[in-house]
Amino acid sequence: MTTASEAAASAGGLLLPVPDEDGAPFWEYAAQGELRVQACAACGRLRFPPRPCCPHCRSFDSEWRRMSGRGRIWSYVRPHPPLLPAYAAQAPYNVILVELADAPHIRLAGNLVTSADAPLDSVDPARLRIGARVHVVFTETGGMAVPRWVLEKS
Amino acid sequence: MAATLKDATAIVGIGQTAFAKRLPQSEKELACRAILAALADAGIEPSEVDAFASYTMEETDEVEVAKAIGAGDVTFFSKIGYGGGGSCATVGHLASAVATGQATVGVAWRSRKRGSGPRPWKNTAVQLPTPGQWTRPFGLLRPADEIGMLARRYMHEYGATRDHLFNVAMACRNRANANPAAMMYERPLTREMYMTSRMISDPLCLFDNCLETDGALACVIVSAERARDCRQKPVYVHSVAQGLPAQHHGMVNYWNDDPLSGPAWTAARHLWKQADFGPQDVDVAQIYDAFTPLIPLSLEGYGFCGRGEGAAFTEGGALETGGRLPINTGGGGLSEAYVHGFNLINEGVKQLRGVSTAQVPDAATCLVTAGEGVPTSAILLRS
Ligand SMILES: [Zn+2]
Repeated sequence: MTTASEAAASAGGLLLPVPDEDGAPFWEYAAQGELRVQACAACGRLRFPPRPCCPHCRSFDSEWRRMSGRGRIWSYVRPHPPLLPAYAAQAPYNVILVELADAPHIRLAGNLVTSADAPLDSVDPARLRIGARVHVVFTETGGMAVPRWVLEKS
Repeated sequence: MAATLKDATAIVGIGQTAFAKRLPQSEKELACRAILAALADAGIEPSEVDAFASYTMEETDEVEVAKAIGAGDVTFFSKIGYGGGGSCATVGHLASAVATGQATVGVAWRSRKRGSGPRPWKNTAVQLPTPGQWTRPFGLLRPADEIGMLARRYMHEYGATRDHLFNVAMACRNRANANPAAMMYERPLTREMYMTSRMISDPLCLFDNCLETDGALACVIVSAERARDCRQKPVYVHSVAQGLPAQHHGMVNYWNDDPLSGPAWTAARHLWKQADFGPQDVDVAQIYDAFTPLIPLSLEGYGFCGRGEGAAFTEGGALETGGRLPINTGGGGLSEAYVHGFNLINEGVKQLRGVSTAQVPDAATCLVTAGEGVPTSAILLRS
């Protein structure tokens, strides 16, 4: 039996994000080409992943603050099969963790690619380096905008 | 009355089934066989069991198990979350129940057909919500990918190398080579095999990953007083702890200030605070090894060395028999069996009974830990 959310989640082969209530705004802003992170409306501290309440001042009021979209690679892995079929087809690919330039402890998982719509294995593995500067781009897939990352021109 | 668990209870029985890639029996049957073996080992009738503890990921439940083994009235039951993080907490919960008079004979167990069953990470529907929406679409699909991310950063920050991870894999394999019950009995590992093996999630290769195993284990816990009359030499539960650090995120602990300081640190603080001895007094350790990098991270967390020194600690045979801290003397999850760490508990008991296949001479204290990288637990055992 395939549920509606499972079908949606596997459109195009790769998994699509299934936003929860707290995460939905992130994906709505992504659809507008904006990288935004949840911030406390009371004390101003950023938090990720999004959640109902500020862990610092316990305020339930939040806003979504626009990020510059720049960051550095904090770490990365290169998954090899066995993997879900759509991922196995592109393996070994990279998954990177990007520490945002605007918010050092907010690290977004993503893929380093040569351009927004390029495959997950489009970057030469020799170019993967912790500390490398990257910036966000968005790719349209299955009706959602998913962030990907490209190397800054050095 | 001082409320302390210190040596108030003891493990008096251990049992296990065969470990294999595929076993014909159901998980329920395996669970019953392991539990009955543990009770027979203790010399306690199944009808006397009045407490059960297992993992939330355990698919056999206490109702079915109690019915099958012919337990009496059960007055305490508990399930602990977070996969392999729950292993030692099963003993901890039963020790608490027995020490406070809620029960008299507790059984903890884990039965799993991971060798022949489906891989949990393939269930994409249940794993996509928080925090899966932030990781899985990008192909961070399996625990090996999630821990590989932390491992790469650890290697970068502290100069750890694949040779250090090999030291861990080798120590576990060498112990398994002496353990007839281990899946890797008489199957030696060489450095060349390790370095040329296929990658699973670079930087982690095949031998950095635990085994796919079918099997079950159980242990029996009673009061220290009752333990004196049991068939086996009691192994006392000296200290217990669980650990869920502030701002922790489970397997994908990428978003707190210090992702490399995991739940081991939190569990360790409480564990040692309640104990009469410290890391320097531990004779042998059974450290949760779903992946090799969990060993250096745990060595640091539990205080065997300083922050960033876990990889270097593995050098010079430190983890081998006769080394500074022999670990995973049955072979661990990497080379004996991966049953969510329960084999580490039973191996700790064997060491303190003096009957391990890789016996540390006169071992009197043993640390057993549960899954690092998830909300965890640990116990200190003493003879
Ligand atoms: Zn706040």
